[in-house]
Amino acid sequence: MAMARQSLLHRLPPVSVMIAFLILAVMLVLVIFAPMIAPMDPRDVSSYSLMDMEIPPAFMDGGDPRFLLGTDNQGRDLVSVILFGLRISVLIGIGAVLFAAALGVMLGLVAGYFGGVVDSVVMRIADVLVSFPTILVALLISGIARAQLGTDMVLTWAPVILIFAISVNEWVQYARTVRASTMVEVSRDYVRAAKVIGLPSGRIMVRHILPNVMSSVMVIATINLAGAILTEATLSFLGAGMPPTYPSLGTLIRIGNQFLFSGLWWIAVMPAAVLVILVLAVNVVGDYLRDRFNPKLMAR
Amino acid sequence: MIRLLSVRLLQAILVMVAVTAIAFIMFRFVGDPVASMVREGATQAEKDALRAALGLDRSIPVQFVHFVGQVLTGNLGTSFRYQQPVTDLLLNRLPATLELVVVATVLSLAIGIPLGVLSALKPHALLSRLTQSATLVGISMPTFVTGLLLILVFAVNLRWLPSSGRGDLVDLGLWQTGFLTLSGLKSLILPSITLALFQLTLIMRLVRSEMIDVLSSDYIRFAFARGLPKSYIYSKLALRNALMPVVTVTGLQIGQLIAFAIVTETVFQWPGMGLLFTNAVGYPDIPVLSAYLLFVGFLFVFINMIVDILYTFIDPRLRTK
Repeated sequence: MAMARQSLLHRLPPVSVMIAFLILAVMLVLVIFAPMIAPMDPRDVSSYSLMDMEIPPAFMDGGDPRFLLGTDNQGRDLVSVILFGLRISVLIGIGAVLFAAALGVMLGLVAGYFGGVVDSVVMRIADVLVSFPTILVALLISGIARAQLGTDMVLTWAPVILIFAISVNEWVQYARTVRASTMVEVSRDYVRAAKVIGLPSGRIMVRHILPNVMSSVMVIATINLAGAILTEATLSFLGAGMPPTYPSLGTLIRIGNQFLFSGLWWIAVMPAAVLVILVLAVNVVGDYLRDRFNPKLMAR
Repeated sequence: MIRLLSVRLLQAILVMVAVTAIAFIMFRFVGDPVASMVREGATQAEKDALRAALGLDRSIPVQFVHFVGQVLTGNLGTSFRYQQPVTDLLLNRLPATLELVVVATVLSLAIGIPLGVLSALKPHALLSRLTQSATLVGISMPTFVTGLLLILVFAVNLRWLPSSGRGDLVDLGLWQTGFLTLSGLKSLILPSITLALFQLTLIMRLVRSEMIDVLSSDYIRFAFARGLPKSYIYSKLALRNALMPVVTVTGLQIGQLIAFAIVTETVFQWPGMGLLFTNAVGYPDIPVLSAYLLFVGFLFVFINMIVDILYTFIDPRLRTK
């Protein structure tokens, strides 16, 4: 009895992971229902007034109970602004991870399945790309987009450009992992049998090999989510991401940065705190999933 | 070893060709170079003349060969924004970035290696446990948030240190240094700490895990059995082997270091190449962007070669093979 209980306890994730899960769950709910939860709509000019500008958080002297985290320079409630910003950050982070995973899985499958020249070409491109840090590549793409499309277009398409810019470097990890697993699977009997009965290559890759390599893709995706959110925040902070009209957490920190010296620290620090908590929680959960689903560690 | 180095050299050349090709494509096809350089209200004839003068009317392969020739002679075009040769702009900003990067790297090695060794030798000491939990937070803290908090505490609230710029500089001819004045040194503190922090966590964790691995190996146990002094075993026998991967990782991290230098320089308005680059992204100043790409590509390839050569010096086994 005691033994059974102990092993059950052992199987439960550690407390830190459960707290991180809980934080992520709460944030997910907040993000999905942001328009209903937020005290005001930051995009609706009539919902806020300049009379309320620069109010410190409610727990400080001069705070106002209506504004839990204070207000910004235009009198907007920071809770509402941050909720909508969090929404954009999370959406772009998930979008970038999905796009990078799709691209990487596809190229990895093709490279591992066909081998030879296709494999060499894809993997050499990958080698060159990963020599450059994601932020550098993403900044370059942002600059090219500005020169090619004009500033107005870039502002309208900012989320798409960001997702593309972040994924350009990130697909490599998925491609390398999937390629390695695919090369193992290709020599297995079930794939040989599928080839013998004349199934088309595309069908073998998607229906037969893909399900067997998917678990490692999921783990990489969770770990990369934190990185993607951070990259987006950094790009927006540098002014190469979301515009102030549709701010992500990074844009909000960029805006708040201008008021640091006027003593209005909360405009920058509050979104920064939410960003750090989000990334920390995703990191903790990602590490746990990696240890849990890594076949090498499980064998021990 | 010669075979190893020649394979590396071939890879390096491959990367450089690819990077040059991308830089060329950016330089030639993104936006219209003529439209950005010609004066306002120019006639079609003037535009055509400029196009011919720039050699843009020739065939693409010819242009590429010309571009490579220009790059090799150090001519990287003219900035759209500053109307100055990009090479001059980059060289002017190089000292600022190098001083920042060197100080940050020295800081992270000087603090990271001892802390890593300590937490490997005495895992239960208070300092080891503190640093272990601090690294967890450090990894999740984006560089620009670290910089922001440092500015808030030390520049805004305490007013001890400046938050932007390089302070007073001393001109050494080609090189403007901030090392020789008090305000220059004070300006260096916050940016270099910000840049050092992200490397510091990595180096510490790496040294710790390598040190633990090495200490449990046979040759260390035999050294203890032979009664060699502890300090000799730790510093001469164990640390030397534990530092091997640190050299590689510090070298390979140069890409990350450049990326985080861009962020750090922007946060602290540090007038280096990174700030030039972020400003060029916003403008957008394509010649500066493509020149920066070339520079980073070259630097990366160069550092990788150095790391390979360093490796053969540290590890005698690679020399005989």
